[in-house]
Order: sequence, then C-alpha cells, then structure tokens
Amino acid sequence: MLLRTKLFGTTYEFGSVKELLAKANEEKSGDQQAGIAAESNAERVAARLVLAEVPLSVLRENPVVPYDEDEVTRAIDDAVNETVYEEIKGWKVGDFREWILSNDTTSAMIRRVSNALTGEMVAGVTKLMSNLDLILAGRKIRVETHCSNTMGRPGTLGSRNQPNHPTDSVEGIRATVLEGLSYGSGDSVIGINPADDSVGSVSRLLEMTKKIIDDWEIPTQNCVLAHVTTQVEAMKRGAPVGLLFQSLAGSQKAMDSFGISVGLMDDAYEQAKKYAWPTGPNYMYFETGQGAELSADGHNGADQLCLEARCYGLAKRYYPYQVNTVVGFIGPEYLYDSRQIARAGLEDHFMGKLTGIQMGCDVCYTNHAVADQNDNENLSVLLASAGCSFIMGVPMGDDAMLSYQTTSYHDAPSLRQALGLHPLPEFEEWMTEIGLWKNGQLTDKAGDASFFLKR
Amino acid sequence: MIDNTQLEQLVARVLAELKESGANVPAKSANGYSTLPAKEGDLVIDLPDPTEESMRRRIMVENPADAEGLRNLCAATTARLGVGRAGPRPKTAQALLFKADHGVTQDAIYGVVSEEVKDDLNLFTVTTRVADRGEYLLRPDLGRLLSDEAKKTIAEKCTKGPDVQICVGDGLSAAAIDNNLREIYPVLEQGLKSAGLTVGTPFFIENARVGIMNDVNTIIGARVLVILIGERPGLGIADAMSAYLGYDPQPGKTDADRDLLCMITTHGGTNPLEAGAYVVELIKRMIKHSASGVKLREAMGEDQ
Repeated sequence: MLLRTKLFGTTYEFGSVKELLAKANEEKSGDQQAGIAAESNAERVAARLVLAEVPLSVLRENPVVPYDEDEVTRAIDDAVNETVYEEIKGWKVGDFREWILSNDTTSAMIRRVSNALTGEMVAGVTKLMSNLDLILAGRKIRVETHCSNTMGRPGTLGSRNQPNHPTDSVEGIRATVLEGLSYGSGDSVIGINPADDSVGSVSRLLEMTKKIIDDWEIPTQNCVLAHVTTQVEAMKRGAPVGLLFQSLAGSQKAMDSFGISVGLMDDAYEQAKKYAWPTGPNYMYFETGQGAELSADGHNGADQLCLEARCYGLAKRYYPYQVNTVVGFIGPEYLYDSRQIARAGLEDHFMGKLTGIQMGCDVCYTNHAVADQNDNENLSVLLASAGCSFIMGVPMGDDAMLSYQTTSYHDAPSLRQALGLHPLPEFEEWMTEIGLWKNGQLTDKAGDASFFLKR
Repeated sequence: MIDNTQLEQLVARVLAELKESGANVPAKSANGYSTLPAKEGDLVIDLPDPTEESMRRRIMVENPADAEGLRNLCAATTARLGVGRAGPRPKTAQALLFKADHGVTQDAIYGVVSEEVKDDLNLFTVTTRVADRGEYLLRPDLGRLLSDEAKKTIAEKCTKGPDVQICVGDGLSAAAIDNNLREIYPVLEQGLKSAGLTVGTPFFIENARVGIMNDVNTIIGARVLVILIGERPGLGIADAMSAYLGYDPQPGKTDADRDLLCMITTHGGTNPLEAGAYVVELIKRMIKHSASGVKLREAMGEDQ
C-alpha cells in the first residue's frame, strides 16, 4: 500500500491507514500526548489529501485495532449490512463527504448507508469536514427514539436533569430535581451520577425519582449512572430503572478497564428489556468522550476521534434511547482549550447521528482547561443549531459532586427561546398543562422548586 | 484512621510545643469591610463580600409558591438552588458570583507561588522537565520528572537519608501554597522533631505533579517523603492543598503506594494546623510499619 502526496513541493508519505487517520485528525492535545499527531499543519493537510482518495473498503479492511485482537472491532464489523456495503465500498472518503452534504441526499438515504459503516469510515469522513459542515450534516440526519417519551423530532432540544449531590443525600437530590423540573429540565432523563455505587443507595435514588415521576405524571424516565452491574442487580431486586446506563469505550482494552465487555453489555441489554419500567423500545443510555481510551492506556496507537466513533458503532448494537459525549470532562491533556473542546463536541454529535444513534452532549469543561462559561454557552448554541438532541441541566452549571462546569438549568430554556426550539413533545405538553411553559417561554411560575411542594 | 478527640488533643499538644519553642503561630485574620463616612450626594458603593456563606445562600426566587418550603429545599444541598432568573437567564448577582468563583480558580492555576512564602521557610526552588505552564497542563508525564539541573541542586544542597523529607510543589494551585504553607509547615516540622525523627532539607518544586516524589527520593533516600501540593481548584475553593505521603517512594510506585490528605484549606476543608498534626501521626505509623498506602493498611489490619 502506498499512501503519499506532494504538497508545496514537499513529499509526505504515510506508513499505514492508522497513521494516516491519526495525522489527518484536527489538532488534539491527546493525540499529541500519544505521539501520533501530525507534526505540522502542512502534514495534517497532506494526510487529508490522501485520506480523501481512500476507498471506504480500505477503512473497513484496516480497522485501527485488528479484528482478531479486539471484540469492539468484531462487534462493529459483524453488524455491517453487506448489501448496502457492496454499494458504497468503492466510494472515496472525499466523495462520501460531498454525498452527505449534497442537497439531493436525504436523512433517510444517510440512515440506510449508516447500516454499512464502521467507526473508521465515520471518523474518516469527519476529519475532512469543517465545523459548519458538521453542523449542517448533523442537523440533516434525524434519529427518533422512544422510552417514556419521544426524542429526536426536528425542532426539539431535550435536557437531562442532573441533580448530583456529594454524598447522595436523598433529600438534597430531590430538592435539586424539583429545581430542574421547574426550569423544564428532565425531558431527556432525570439522571443522577452517584457518589456511592452500592445497590442499596442506587435503589433508594431510583425509588425517590420514580415517585416524583409518578406523583406528577411526568412523561420522562429515571436513571442512576452507577456501574451497569450495580443497576442490573438493583433492577432484579425490584428497583424502578427507566434507562440502564453505562460508559463505553472504543477498544477492548479500554472496555476492560471500565469493567465491561461486549458479552456483559449484551446481557445487560437483555435484562433492561426484561425489567425496565417505561414503554420503550429504547432502554439504554451511554456516555462516551474523546480521550477515554488513551487515559485508560487502551488506545492501541489510534487517534481519539477513531476510537470515539467506534464507541458509537458499539452503542448502536443496543438501540440506545440516548448517548452523550461528555466532551470537556477529561481535561486539557486530551482537549486543551475551548477551540479543541468545541471541535470535539461538533464532531461527536455528527458522528453519533451518522452512525444512527440519538446523540446529545454534556457541554462542559474543567477548571484547568483553557475555557470558561462563555465558551460553554457558545458551544451549546452551535450544538443546538446542529440539531443536538439534548444537553445537561445542572444548578448554575456547577456540579456539586463532579467538580466540573456544564450547562445550567437556565440554558435549555434559553436556547429553546433563542432558537425557537421545543422541549420533547410529551414533556412540553406536560409543562404547558401544569403552567410552567407557554408560547415557547417559561411562565412566571417557572424557576421555583417550591412549585412542586403542593402535591 | 484517627478520631476527632485524638486529633484535637494532638493539635493542642503540637501547638503548645510550638509556642514553647518560640515559633510564630499564625492567627486567623478577620474578614470585614470598611464603612467610611461619605459626603452627602457622593456616590458610595461599598459592598459586602458575596462569597460569604450567608450571601451565597440567599434565595433569589421572586414570589415563590412556598417561601418556607423553598428555604428547606435549598438547605438540603450545597448545589446552587433558589437562584432565580431574569427571563430564562440567571440573575445578575448569581451570574457574577459564578464568574468570581471561576475567576479565582484561573488566578490560582496560572498564579506563581510567592517568593516571600518560600523565603520565610528557607525553601530553595528547583524545576521539573516542564518548560512553562502550558506544557505543564499538556504533559503530566514531564511534571513527574526532575530537570537535570534540579537533580544536581538537590544532590548538592540536601541532607541524604533523613527519616522524613518534606517537599512543596505548586501543582494546580499557587494559592493553595500561598495560603496554607505558613500554617502547616511549622506544625509538621515541630511535630516530627518532637517525635524524634530527623527532617531533611526542604525545597520547592515548580510545575510539579505528585509522581515527582519517586524521582526526588532516588536522590534523597528518605524513609518517608511528603509533598505538599496545590489541588486542581474547584469552583469557589481555589486554595485547597493536598499532602501526599510515601514510604521510600521509588520509580514505578503509584497512588496505591501513597497516602493522602486532601482538601487542606480554611475554606470549608481541613484546617492546615490540624492537617499538619494528622500528617505527623501518619508518618509515625509509616515508620513503625515500614510501609505506606495499601501495604500500610494491610500491616495495620494485621496489628488489630
């Protein structure tokens, strides 16, 4: 295989498809830390020139971790629809980009092709796209899912109500859930990151959130984001699980460090279908984020965009209700500043939708990243414009447990108002009925947790 | 590992010893704001500190459905509830408080530890292999290695083979060192000496990560090495310091081989005076069992 181009009179040659993909990636501190990034801007563009000429079949035949060595590679490759693949295998990556962006190409056409894509193909085309390309293409692809309510309709933006507490106080979390609901946060899920991963504590939080949902007849679902094995155990003992959660990674080695495998997730998915209380048919919730594999020493020399796309390929196996990329949580060693975080957020949203999953984003940053709340608000507007399915809602964007900053309870209603977006349909009806939402805006009663003390 | 009564007794004893030895025990400064008389008609803006707890916890929801109930809800968590809104946006006071809380984290991360603090405690300065703050954030691996010059300086200036070596590192918060070192250091030094332990020549390491302990002890050869280091600032708490301790740290040792006391700050954490006494106690146990981290817990378990 020869992968070579001249650029401004200099010859650039790439030793393998994996190296080519890494060097074609937008600048990321994680790839630099791993020693696989392009060494100059010219080399990065040279890699893209070559990548644009690579047929999709070559990306399938050269996964960043070999088929025989990695069960994530196998799970994705085995799921490829061979009939559709026969039609597209000769497409070059550059032509694939233009096909996606073409006004003759519809969402339905893209979703059909999604069934023949691997993570390397999804990441490959993403590397050739600018930020506005990602917004336009991401917005075009529609994915609809249903659990207790419907996510992904055009013109909607959901909000996960994330009421974390440093010691899992049931009363503290309950108070925070109510505050969030009063701003219209919670249509995606009422989802708690627990400090205590025990079955007892997780079950208590599931019971409490289910009671709020029942008392107020809220069209939504609950979730406690403990390790999947803890949730399955709680569910079997009778705890009410709305969505079954797990963090995923894009390589077997990194999955292993998360304490999961494809087999374990297959079983968890079966248990969710058996025990989860909502209507369904989508019962799973996954989180991911660029750099997680390098952080877990499981990157196998591959770039963080390819590995992230592989997470989505794996996620698709379980028909998730929603997936979100916790984009800036990992820190500046992987995404250095707001420019890299914003790029990654747009990439991940587009890649998720191209893969065919319901994609949201935890628009966030840590205090040692070069970013602030203005940067966060900027990215939330970009993502909402790109048709991002949901964002997080946290009191003033300051998570009381996880020590990072994300979007505030204020931000979903602000984006809905600024961009003419709606809460998820059943939830919007509910908000309107109880008097918190009218004509696309919060009413005078909204933003007051004590509104919910009367029932 | 140590209960409150024991800790109080320990702190009292160490402080008494400090006073006897003539050390200058720092007093806490009072917070306040001036109320200068102003001429009539002059514009006077003279604000209380919005970061004081009572100010932070103000409820700003206009016309709540149940004011008493809302107060109870807000009291149930440290999350920022009851903040109110202007349209769908936060109220001005809450937006500015958030900016202030984030602002001090940035000042702490990009700040430089005061020379005065280092001079007061006779700390000389060495550096890691990190060139600047940008590289420090990007390359944690380089922050765990001493520069060649640092190795030479430490070899020249430091006593070898003490019972205990104390190092100070900026880590991710210069403010953590500026605000806490003067209080914790004398307690540590005095406590160790009165326990009959020899203390090595202390120094400061710029752009340091915790793992630097391993590199330092290959030169010093102390039985126990302590590094006092600035933590990654949380929103509103920018000056928390951690003490990491290891029994004979050497290359390859990890967090599992270390013990840690975190959140050392006068802002809602462990007071540095108490922290110093606790660290002394921990060091004594490490020396007694010739172990730290997981191994120390195993050894102490066998004792019981």
